[in-house]
Amino acid sequence: MQRHILNSLFQAALVLVGVLVLVFFMVRATGDPATLMLAREASPEQVAAFREKMGFNRPLPVQFVDFVRRAVVGDFGDSLHYRQPAIELILERMPYSVYLATVALIMAVLIAVPLGLLGGSLPGSPVDWIGRLIGLAGQTVPPFWLALLMILFFAVELRWFPTSGSERWNSVIMPAFVLSLGTMGRLVRLTRSAVLEIMGEDYIRTARSKGLQPRVIFFKHALRNAAIPLISVTTVQFGYMLGGAVIVETVFAWPGLGTLTAESIGRRDFPLVQGVAVFTSVVVVALTLLADVFYAVVDPRIRYD
Amino acid sequence: MTDQALTPSPGPVAQLAAARGETWLDKLGYVGRLLWRDKGGLLGLLLFLALVISALFAEQLAPHDPVLQNLRNAKQPPAWQAGGNWEYPLGTDNLGRDLLSRIIYGSRVSLTVGFFGVLIAGGLGLIFGLVAGYRGGRTDSITSTIVGVVLALPYLLFVVFIAGVFGRSLVNVILIFGLTDAPIFVRVARGEVLRIKSSGYVESAISIGAKPARIIFEHILPNLIGPLLTVASFEMSAMIFYEAGLSFLGLSVPPSVPSWGNMLEAGRSYLRTLPWIATFPGLAIMLASLGMNLLGDWLRDVLDPRLRRSRR
Repeated sequence: MQRHILNSLFQAALVLVGVLVLVFFMVRATGDPATLMLAREASPEQVAAFREKMGFNRPLPVQFVDFVRRAVVGDFGDSLHYRQPAIELILERMPYSVYLATVALIMAVLIAVPLGLLGGSLPGSPVDWIGRLIGLAGQTVPPFWLALLMILFFAVELRWFPTSGSERWNSVIMPAFVLSLGTMGRLVRLTRSAVLEIMGEDYIRTARSKGLQPRVIFFKHALRNAAIPLISVTTVQFGYMLGGAVIVETVFAWPGLGTLTAESIGRRDFPLVQGVAVFTSVVVVALTLLADVFYAVVDPRIRYD
Repeated sequence: MTDQALTPSPGPVAQLAAARGETWLDKLGYVGRLLWRDKGGLLGLLLFLALVISALFAEQLAPHDPVLQNLRNAKQPPAWQAGGNWEYPLGTDNLGRDLLSRIIYGSRVSLTVGFFGVLIAGGLGLIFGLVAGYRGGRTDSITSTIVGVVLALPYLLFVVFIAGVFGRSLVNVILIFGLTDAPIFVRVARGEVLRIKSSGYVESAISIGAKPARIIFEHILPNLIGPLLTVASFEMSAMIFYEAGLSFLGLSVPPSVPSWGNMLEAGRSYLRTLPWIATFPGLAIMLASLGMNLLGDWLRDVLDPRLRRSRR
């Protein structure tokens, strides 16, 4: 198991290095980073001064070492728009994203897991149909559109929730629901298929034939084994929700990392875009690693891989 | 939707094999029967065909010019609402453009992005997955690191750089999706290759001295088509989805092009007063991706009964 964990750690570190290399070269491969990062109307003198300040006129390897050294301590340069370090802005917005993603995750798990469990043990039942409908909706309803319709119906017509912002206690409900739908669908389908698969296993048949109560079989045998892939997928999904809420956050004007990304894209604030990209990648890699390690700890079958 | 994955019947594949050697008409009839049995798959195919037909014959189908502005007829509600008329069945937008025509033309953008995006992603995925899975060892670990990097980076970063540098165009959107989506195909292809490689028939082929080229082309490739086709139909629906998201961020095709994403984005400003502008393109996106998802579910069941419906 130790070997597996070490291996995962090594792989994660490798991916992070790859992320840094890719971000570094993407900014530079697209031409002159100074013109990319500055406003379009910048004068040639301004461009030259900026190039000097950022060190873009030094040899590439030197620049790369410098870039990595800064990135490791979270220094992605100053935002061109806010004129303060990108990492400060990111950390400022971070709690909002964590809050939104957490609520969304709780919603997804609370709705998806029971539906998947019931649907998987009673295939073809009405509960199963609802679950499969949600599974399909998660893949087919465009979040952006759902957000607009929900604003129109629940905020404008019924006035249950505020249309946007984060000030009121119930502001989080609509964006969290829209954000959770994709994950919810995925979790329903995963839970359902895990239960279906496990219920067909030999050990379940053995448990049945030795006369165990269905309830005991379900909770002790099926549920515990279904939980393993579920927890690991949920962990990875959380990472994607955290960094991938750009559209949902923007529609609802939620002041998290997503709106920050969208704003900085719109303003061509490349140091900030770069910072957010590296930051969210680190979070995704870390959570993937966590899921991987968790898997190895919980599931003994993994250890000998 | 009957749950075929549950019943361990001889399965469609065995029946398909039995159908071999018969005329193509028999095979077609057989596929038709399979579709009839799974109503979800049938619906998926119909929706998909509707999308293809609307994209191919947009000129003939659209009642109006999709970009023609006509302020006198602007802001008309759909025909069945008060004040609407059948001249503009789904109403007009704030500039008096016919929404139905724009949706019909918009299917071109969605289908092009989905088709070519999947073609690039699938092609890259097939090649890298095949090589990584077949060669194994260091090639495999390098490939999986690259896959990890692309999956960890937010795809928006790629979008920003490609769109920021090369501008907004259809080709760039396709390129972005083709590149960022390839890892999913790599993973599936690699996994399948590993499974096929360790299967009895490949081992026996190796033991009687079959050359690598023969093993790859005769044994591995044909078995990869099914799983990749299934993933392709899901990914195509995802791309149609993401195109709308990119339009919303102003990073997809230029706003002058009638695409579903651009229409949604334009309708956002009129959500309270003219809600139909945003409603119909969203509905179009939903139906298109519903079609491809149902088709994907059906393909998965038919091409590979071992895979469960909810594997992804």
